[in-house]
Amino acid sequence: MMSIHRGALGALSAAATIALVSGCAPAAPSPSDDDPNATRDVDLVVAIDAGLAAPALDSIEKQIAAFEDEYPHIHVKTREYTWTGTTFAAELSGGTLPDVFTVPVTDGKGLIEQGQVADISALVAELPYFDNFNPTVLAAGQNAAGDVLAVPVSIYGQALHYNRELFRQAGLDPDQPPTSWAEVIADAKAISDATGQAGFASMSSANTGGWIVSTMTYTLGGRLQEAKGGAAVSTVNGRETAEALEYLHRMRWDDDSMGANFIYVGKSINQDFAAGKIGMFIKGADNYTQLVQQADVDPDIYGLTTLPVADAKDAGVLGGGTLAAVNSKADADTQAAAVKWIDFFYLQRLVDEDAAVANAKIMVETDQPVGVPQLPIFDKETYDKQQSWIEPYINVPQDQMTHYIDNMFDQTLVNEMPNQTQAIYALLDPVLQAVLTDRNADIQKLLDAANNSAQQLLDRS
Amino acid sequence: MSVMRTQPGFGPESGRRTPLTWLRQGGHHTVILLLPMFLIFGVFSWYPIVRSVVMSVQKTNLVSAPVFVGWDNFAYVLSDPLLPTAVLNTLYFAGLALVFGYPVPLVAAVLMNEVRRRKGIFSALAYLPVVIPPVVSVLLWKLFYDGSSTGVFNTILGWVGIGPQPWIQSAASAMPSLVLQATWAGAGATIIIYLAALASVPPELYDAASVDGASIWRKIWHVTLPQLRGVLFITMILQIIATAQVFLEPFLLTGGGPANSTVTVLLMIYNYAFANSLGGDYGAATALSILVAIVLALFSLLYFRLTSRWSDS
Repeated sequence: MMSIHRGALGALSAAATIALVSGCAPAAPSPSDDDPNATRDVDLVVAIDAGLAAPALDSIEKQIAAFEDEYPHIHVKTREYTWTGTTFAAELSGGTLPDVFTVPVTDGKGLIEQGQVADISALVAELPYFDNFNPTVLAAGQNAAGDVLAVPVSIYGQALHYNRELFRQAGLDPDQPPTSWAEVIADAKAISDATGQAGFASMSSANTGGWIVSTMTYTLGGRLQEAKGGAAVSTVNGRETAEALEYLHRMRWDDDSMGANFIYVGKSINQDFAAGKIGMFIKGADNYTQLVQQADVDPDIYGLTTLPVADAKDAGVLGGGTLAAVNSKADADTQAAAVKWIDFFYLQRLVDEDAAVANAKIMVETDQPVGVPQLPIFDKETYDKQQSWIEPYINVPQDQMTHYIDNMFDQTLVNEMPNQTQAIYALLDPVLQAVLTDRNADIQKLLDAANNSAQQLLDRS
Repeated sequence: MSVMRTQPGFGPESGRRTPLTWLRQGGHHTVILLLPMFLIFGVFSWYPIVRSVVMSVQKTNLVSAPVFVGWDNFAYVLSDPLLPTAVLNTLYFAGLALVFGYPVPLVAAVLMNEVRRRKGIFSALAYLPVVIPPVVSVLLWKLFYDGSSTGVFNTILGWVGIGPQPWIQSAASAMPSLVLQATWAGAGATIIIYLAALASVPPELYDAASVDGASIWRKIWHVTLPQLRGVLFITMILQIIATAQVFLEPFLLTGGGPANSTVTVLLMIYNYAFANSLGGDYGAATALSILVAIVLALFSLLYFRLTSRWSDS
C-alpha cells in the first residue's frame, strides 16, 4: 500500500515539476531578421492620450489606416495610456505596457538610467534625418553612453497663458500682455478688482508646485541645484526662489488677486482657465492643445506670451518635452515596428512635406489644433520649412499668440535640474502651498528646511 | 466513531484512520467546498500579504531584480521627517471622526427609531450617501468645497450671512472638511446597524423606565445605551481602525495639502510606492504598511483586553 502510494506520488510530482519547469523556460527566440524586408506580421500596441474627445480619436484612426497602408505587415492597436509613476512599473512588469508610449522628458531620464525602456539606438540611428536632431534636445533621450533610448517628439518652453476676455473686462489691452513680473502683478490686481476672478493662479500639487517654483526661479536668473566638484548641491533656498515666492505672496495676500482656490494640478488649472476663472497662469507653451482637447476652451479668450525673463546672467526659460520610448520587453520585430510608428506618427510631420500636409489636413478635418507653437526638435531650417508647409492649415489663433511666437527664440531654454528632480519638486509643493494659504508663512525658513531635505536626498542618491 | 471502526467494511481492521477512510467518509467534500474560498483569499489576500512582507526587506521597483536590504527600509521610513506629521494628522483625523463623527449615526438612529410611520424612507435616505461610489462623492464634495464665494457651500453660508470659508484651501480647516465629508459618506451604514440593534432592545425596559418616571434623555442614557453596548464597542473599534487608514479623502480632495496638513500615513505609503517617477520605492511602502498593520493589531488587542468587561462577549 505504502510503496504504491509513494510511487504514485513520485510520478505525479515528477510530472508536475516537468510541467512547471517547461512553463518557466523562456519561449524560443524568434529567428532574427536576416531579411531586412521580412514582412512577418507584427501586432503593435501604441499609446494614445486618455480622455480625448471624439474628433481627436477619429484623427488617430485615420492616421493608423494610413500607416497600415504603408506597412501592411504591422497591425496597430491603440491603448489609452498616459505615463504616470503610479502605473508604469506595474504595467511594465505585468506586461500590459503599450509597445510605444510617450513619457515626459523629466521622467524619461530616470527610465533611461534604470534601463526600463528598450535600447532602440541602432534603429533610431538609421532614421534618415537622424543627423538633423538638435543635439541639446536629443540629449534628453540619451543615456550616459550617448545611445538614444528614447526619441524626443516635442519640446516646449514654459510660457504665460492669459485670458484675453478678462483682460478686456479689466480695461487692459489684450494685445499688450505683461512683459515683466511687476506688470504681471499689476495686471493680476486689475483683473481681480474688476472681475472678481483670480488674476493669477498657479499649479501647486502633485509636484507641479515645485515645477512652477523652478520655472519662476529660472526667469529671475536662479537655479535650484548646482554641480560643485562633481557632487550635486541643492540651492532651492537661493535669493531668486525667495523672490519668486515673495511675488506670489504679494499677489495672494496684499493684492488678493489669486482667487480662493490654490490646490491646482495641470488638468484642474486648465479646466478653471477654460471656465473663465483665471486671468493668467504659467504652463508649457504647447498647452493650447490640451486646453482644446480636454477642457474645451473658447479660442477667442486664449492668449499666449513669453514669461518675463529678468536681465540677469543665467535667466532663462525652463524647458520640457515629450519622449517616445519603446517597451523594454518588446522583441526585435516589435521594436523595429515601434520605431517605424514613432517615425510615422510623431516625426514625419516635422521633416516631410507630404506627411506634414497630410497630418495637418486630418487635424483640421477633425477640429484638432494645428499650429500650436512648439520649439524645434531639429535645426531651425527644418523647423521653418515645416511651419511653411502647415501654414495654410493653421487653425489656432496665432495672432493671439504673437508675443510668444515672435520672442520664443530669443529666450534661453534651460534644462531641469538633473538629480532627484521630481522628489525635490515634491518638497517644494508644500512650500508653495504654505505661501498661498498662510499669510504668516516665513518664506526663507520654509525654503531653508526644504533645502536641507533636498540636500539629504542628493547625498543619499 | 469507535462503533464505525469496528464495523466490518469500515476501514482497516486495525482501526487506524488512513487517507482512504477519510476519502470514503466524504472528507474530500469539505476540502472541495473550501477550495474556492482558499483560492480567492489566497490570491487576493494572503499572497499579497506574504509578498508585502518579502518586499519590505528588499529594495525593489518591480522591474529590476530585487536586492535584500534587511531592516534598511524600516529605518528609512522611521527616520522620514514627514512621518511624525503624517502620524499626527492621522490621529487628528481619527480623533475628530471619533468626537464628531461617531455620535452622529447614533443620535440619528435613536431619533429615527422614535419615528412611528414611514421609518423606511428615513433609512433609505440615510443610506443613500453610502450607495454613491466613494470617489464620486469625494469629487462632488470637492466641487462643493470651492473656496470662492460662488462655491456651493459658501453660497449656502451666504444665505445665512456667514462669509465664504476656505474649506480645503486652508491648513486650519482642511482636516475638519475631510472629516465632514467622511462622516456624511459613512454614517448611513452605521445608522442601519444601530437601527437593527435598537430594534432588539426589549420594550419592557422602556416601560419600566417610564413607570419610574424617567425622561426621554434618562431613558436613552440608562436603557438604550447600555443595551447597545456591544454594538457600540464594535463600531468604535471598526471606526478607529478605518479612520487610521484614511486615504481617499486626502488623496482626492487635497493631495495631502495645503502644506502637508492633510498628509496621512496611508497617503505616505501611496507616495512612496507611486509618486516617485523612477519606479517607486515599494520596499519603503510595504515596510510602512507592515508597521501600520502591527500598530493597529496591537491597538486592537489592547482595546479588547481593556473593554472585555464592558462587552457582552
